[in-house]
Amino acid sequence: MSTPAETVVAEQTTTQDRLVHRLTHFLQYHWRTLVLLVPFLWLLLFFLAPFFFVLKISLAEYTLKSPPYTDLIQWADEGVMQIRIVVDNFAYLWDDDLYVNTYLSSVKISTISTILCLLIGYPMAYAIVRSNHTTKHILLMLVILPFWTSFLLRVYAWMGLLNDQGLINDILTGMGFEPLRMMYTHFAVYVGIVYTYVPFMILPLYANMEKLDWTLLEAAADLGAKPMTTFFTVTLPMTLPGIIAGSLLVFIPATGEYVIPDLLGGGNVLMIGRVLYNEFHQNIDWPVASAVAIALLLVLVIPMMLYQHIQAKEVESQ
Amino acid sequence: MNARLSTFLITSVCFVIAFLYVPIFMLIAYSFNYSKLVPVWGGFSVRWYEKLFFDSPEIWEAVVLSLKIATVNACFATILGTLAGLALVRFGHFRGRTLFTGMISAPLVMPEVITGLSLLLLFIWLQNSVGWPNERGFTTITIAHITFSMAYVAVIIQSRLAGMAQDLEEAAQDLGAKPLRVLIDITLPLLAPGMLAGWLLSFTLSLDDLVIASFVTGPGATTLPILIYSRVRLGLRPDINALATIIILVVAIGVLLAAWIMFRQQKQRELELNMSEET
Repeated sequence: MSTPAETVVAEQTTTQDRLVHRLTHFLQYHWRTLVLLVPFLWLLLFFLAPFFFVLKISLAEYTLKSPPYTDLIQWADEGVMQIRIVVDNFAYLWDDDLYVNTYLSSVKISTISTILCLLIGYPMAYAIVRSNHTTKHILLMLVILPFWTSFLLRVYAWMGLLNDQGLINDILTGMGFEPLRMMYTHFAVYVGIVYTYVPFMILPLYANMEKLDWTLLEAAADLGAKPMTTFFTVTLPMTLPGIIAGSLLVFIPATGEYVIPDLLGGGNVLMIGRVLYNEFHQNIDWPVASAVAIALLLVLVIPMMLYQHIQAKEVESQ
Repeated sequence: MNARLSTFLITSVCFVIAFLYVPIFMLIAYSFNYSKLVPVWGGFSVRWYEKLFFDSPEIWEAVVLSLKIATVNACFATILGTLAGLALVRFGHFRGRTLFTGMISAPLVMPEVITGLSLLLLFIWLQNSVGWPNERGFTTITIAHITFSMAYVAVIIQSRLAGMAQDLEEAAQDLGAKPLRVLIDITLPLLAPGMLAGWLLSFTLSLDDLVIASFVTGPGATTLPILIYSRVRLGLRPDINALATIIILVVAIGVLLAAWIMFRQQKQRELELNMSEET
């Protein structure tokens, strides 16, 4: 005869066994669902859902309460639901020249930076692909290494170089030139962006060039094409996918850049990422900050979709 | 290649390498400057390292917090990213695939200010409606980091899976192994180097993040980038140069070591392959 306590234990173990059995059964037949569902739900909650809050708050009004925005859905007397949507924030962005200019200025700065990255990165990627095995590894390592070190510290390094009394001005005055004011100018922001983003240009270009059939160049030369002609009719079209991928990887994040314009550009350089950050943290105007975020997304949505399209094609081709 | 082209290429390689490395070396050099004014050389000294090690407890607190976040982040991001990569490459078509692909690759290019703002708004809403997270700091920063790190891991895993021959998996399946067995015994071990690379990348990305962390953090939780940023905003500081030197050296040694190990393994594999072909 078993004591009641033992029966309870036995019952517990059987329920436990059943649970374990069910669990293993479930895992065996539904593990695919689980593998998919866990990252899917994570992204749904922490990546996609947050955008609806940005959209919602961009349509609300600024108040002095905490949190500083009004609810879209308000309950009037007798349980009547009112939905209040305010497009004032967007109208405000559109009417204020400061915001419009900041958008234009951001797009201009990141476009010019992208072109500079391409001009510097293209010959570099080409040289890496055409060099021998060992040199190739060393050069790739040298391009990747700064990418692993802190982004913030690399921007900080330029604060020292571009300073009024920094190394560049020391060299200039040493050679008898007038010192230049470089910190807190557009020039400093361009240097900062190109410096941090040039590896993002070189690596996709390299990946693209590595797969190409270089005998086509020899064929073109054998057929009498001049080097310039070969470059524009053979090399450039072949490397276009790499150029597009690299350009998007520079352009998209550079447009929303905050740290570089803040540390190197000071108040002189208008960039939208910085305006968003300051609206939120200094002015505590969440609705306007959210509207700025939505507007920034609208500017970037086409380049981002283009990048995704290329990325998807890349994976398929493998 | 003609001589003019190769001269041009060599010049541009030298320019890029100098452009990438001169600022870093200058940063390191000025960390040994005696002078309090960073750009003015006042003789060699290690006083800023002394100050850093013996007189800056807040920096070490921030280092510990950042390392904790980076470690937890790297582990979760590797798991989630690997699962996502597996689903995308091996599961064929499933409902919601387009949405899933979009969500997994968007964090790679999303401007940080937008990710940061949107996550903060989510956390505040959650706090007001379900009472969690009750304070912002370690948990919220880690969640934010996992969300963008897992996207990088998924990309690494996807490209490894796509480039991997499926013959071992097929052989196991032919021998009667169930799909889950094949996944655990064959696929995952083959993916291990990719998972390690993903872990390291997630760890670094987390240590590096300033913008997203400064949105989702709360009072009292200061990560290392937030601390450095709050100081360098006010101008150049020699103790930050000393800190930067240490960080850069640690990272450089780590990366070179990892690269060397991978290079050796690859050599080893090539050697084994050659030998098996000869016999």
